[in-house]
Amino acid sequence: MSTPAPRPTLASRRQMLGAGGGLLLATFWPTPRHGRAQGASVPAGMAPEQGLLVENAQGAFAPNAYIRIAPDNSITLILPNVEMGQGIYTSSVMLIAEELGIDMAQVAIEAAPPGGGAEITGGSTSVMTEWLPLRQAGAAARSMLVQAAVTRWQVPVAECTTRSAAIIHVPTKRSLPFGAVAAQAATLPVPQKPTLKDPATYTLLGRPQHRIDSAVKVQGRAIFGMDLQVPGQKIGTVAACPVVGGTLAGMNKAAALAIRGVQAVLVNTANTTVCVVADHYWAARKGLRALKPQWHDGPNAHVTTQTIYDQLHDGLNGPAIVANTKGDAPAVIAHAAATHTATYQQPLLAHATMEPINCTAHVRPDGCDIWTGTQIADRARDTAVELTGLPKDKVNVHCQYIGGGFGRRLEHEYVTQCVEFARQVPHPLKIIWSREEDLTHDRYRPAYVDQMTAALDSKGFITALTHRIVGPAVVARWDPPELTKDGYDEDLSVATVITPYTYPAYRLEFARREAPGIVTAWWRGVGGTRGLFVVEGFIDELAHRAGADPVAYRRAMLARNPRALAVLDKAAQAAGWNTPLPPGRARGVAVQFAFGSYMASIAEVEMPEPDNVIIHRVTAVVDCGRVLNPDQVISQIEGGLIFGFSAALYNEITLEGGRVQQSNFNTWRVMRMNEAPCKIDVLLMPSTEDPGGIGEVGTAAAAPVLANAMAAAQGRRYRTLPLLSPRNGADHKEQG
Amino acid sequence: MLSLNINGQSHQVDVDPDTPLLWVLRDVLGMNATKFGCGIAQCGACTVHMDGRAVRACNLPVGLIGEQRISTLEGLPPTDPVTKAVQDAWVALDVVQCGYCQPGQIMAAIALLRAVPHPTDEQIDSAMSANLCRCGTYVRIRAAIHHAAGALA
Repeated sequence: MSTPAPRPTLASRRQMLGAGGGLLLATFWPTPRHGRAQGASVPAGMAPEQGLLVENAQGAFAPNAYIRIAPDNSITLILPNVEMGQGIYTSSVMLIAEELGIDMAQVAIEAAPPGGGAEITGGSTSVMTEWLPLRQAGAAARSMLVQAAVTRWQVPVAECTTRSAAIIHVPTKRSLPFGAVAAQAATLPVPQKPTLKDPATYTLLGRPQHRIDSAVKVQGRAIFGMDLQVPGQKIGTVAACPVVGGTLAGMNKAAALAIRGVQAVLVNTANTTVCVVADHYWAARKGLRALKPQWHDGPNAHVTTQTIYDQLHDGLNGPAIVANTKGDAPAVIAHAAATHTATYQQPLLAHATMEPINCTAHVRPDGCDIWTGTQIADRARDTAVELTGLPKDKVNVHCQYIGGGFGRRLEHEYVTQCVEFARQVPHPLKIIWSREEDLTHDRYRPAYVDQMTAALDSKGFITALTHRIVGPAVVARWDPPELTKDGYDEDLSVATVITPYTYPAYRLEFARREAPGIVTAWWRGVGGTRGLFVVEGFIDELAHRAGADPVAYRRAMLARNPRALAVLDKAAQAAGWNTPLPPGRARGVAVQFAFGSYMASIAEVEMPEPDNVIIHRVTAVVDCGRVLNPDQVISQIEGGLIFGFSAALYNEITLEGGRVQQSNFNTWRVMRMNEAPCKIDVLLMPSTEDPGGIGEVGTAAAAPVLANAMAAAQGRRYRTLPLLSPRNGADHKEQG
Repeated sequence: MLSLNINGQSHQVDVDPDTPLLWVLRDVLGMNATKFGCGIAQCGACTVHMDGRAVRACNLPVGLIGEQRISTLEGLPPTDPVTKAVQDAWVALDVVQCGYCQPGQIMAAIALLRAVPHPTDEQIDSAMSANLCRCGTYVRIRAAIHHAAGALA
């Protein structure tokens, strides 16, 4: 072997985390999937008894977050949640610093190694799941440090306070840095229910704090997976069969190897993917072009976009799972004097993270190191364990800054791929996907068809509602135990069953249709993003049908939901809903409860032509419970809206001959600055409720609020995404 | 062997002349601030300066650069007033989210402010629309450029 191992494999997690001589306090983070599956304001994982604290990282308990206080007073927070732009490092530090009594700037962050079985960053759950345990961890550490200090000083606990990582004896003004008593504190029992600060005394939480990752990111010093430079590494780039299920038929290996800098041509065991290894990416890319792999397309060669849509529309008839029911909605509808039905269609979507997929792996006979951006480090490790046969403790996953997650990095197939090729070479291998590979071999947000039928009273309000969702169940592949015994994926309930509205009678059905020739996966908002477009579009249709103002119509339906009503009223006021618009402009509204947070949004648009949408202004009012870092909530809503507008207006993955047709940003349009809203106003409601999620809230609102504004501008409904799809013209005849 | 002037230093690189500057920076010279996003000059993540102009490194063959001076984000002197104003504005307004596109955004913003010290919204949109941000930080980028322009006044 020509290159040194990156670092020795260590014997235990405690050693790996380096407690020696200081205090290492571990806390267990409940799995965030509970937050998504429940989609409720208080996820099951937040029960206080799950926020346990242990003194030592060893043992079956498997904690997964740590505070390390070293004798030199350096404080490190070791976190399982990864930073992919959502600001989680900053809010995590705030939570711990508030209770521990330290300054934000005194904390360093490390990514936790896999281990606890819960290193999943997704579902807008980070703040929801860490809100209690991290404060408890900070409070417990503080209590132990204070106890150690008062033992040394022989003074009462009540006379001591903590500030800037020091214990202060108030009467004598003596102080001890945390590091000076950390070793002694580590010998004390861990309080299991430490006293938490009164929120009225918070000095950090609820006040705007700058992101702790800004400086490294604006100076270009942040290390993303793409930036890893492991000594001795070579660069590989890959081509997988363009049709899922196809295999390699032939290639010109000699031509690839003739390219200057190319070192090797590799093929995976399944014979589905080739990898050209070279001294640098450009040589690998040229080598891959020269390689000219040919493919047997296999059983999915016939799949087209229409195949998928036809299958979804077919699911509107015939058997379905009843996922949720109240009263006898079909009977009410059958006898109703007036009903309204609409069918909505949404496309496959790619993630297109700015950082193309990449992974670096070094597989040795005695160990394996993996460097990558992942939202799911456990699976990244386990796939390497499975492939290499190495024990778990010989496989290290080094989590890097993520250049955009959006659910893409909840998949780990690129880690599997990298390890499989890295096994074949005696050096570290960094695999970089071209943008073309990234877009054509994404794991896509599913396409869906939804149909809703409402029975209406004489004023046009809903007396019963049926809703059928046709599409894949993402959890069936991603986490099969989460599929209910009936075969339902509860993620589909977000913004569908879970809405600010209540209906006298309701029935939700799910007809599962897995898309052929394509792998479907999570995408920012998934269920909530799908559901809100349909439900808020339909409510808007009903308001229009009733001849009612869309805000007034919703207000009447929200009489028993004060938080939803409050955000709607404030949004209407802030956006000037009842004030006249400049000529040519129109407004649309959407109201939501998803990911534990309420939001009302209003968009103001102008459409000089039917395919030209100018978004002049968006107003969003958010009630996400207690706000930890106000400006970062605003930032997530701004960005989430723009991410969602981009998809809503432009994006649709299409297939021809089983091949994805969009391959780079020239065919996969991403909203640019000149197309983004001129103005986004985000207002936050004060609240003392527990925090809700925020990362997916803006994205979920984007399509419905824009579609409703465009409907007002054009006098017709938009029931198909993307909104600029010609199919929306065909929808016109369904009106009325 | 090609000679390149990067960040005021001469570098001899032994690559084919069709190799894009991006991969010479990243894989040959180990300078990682300049990012790979698309490879076809559509996203701007690889924006660098060539004789002060913002250009895309991903489709700029090193054989065509000649004597022209290349600057990358890591090579800009932190004391340079425009660089400092832009980076400070980005931090003050908490522009970044994932941050992957931001080196390119910052290089584009610095080039803009050197050419147009007090740009209008339209001038900002025009100069910055070649730089994609998937996290959607555009509203803050626009504000940060105004903020930096104000600080330089």
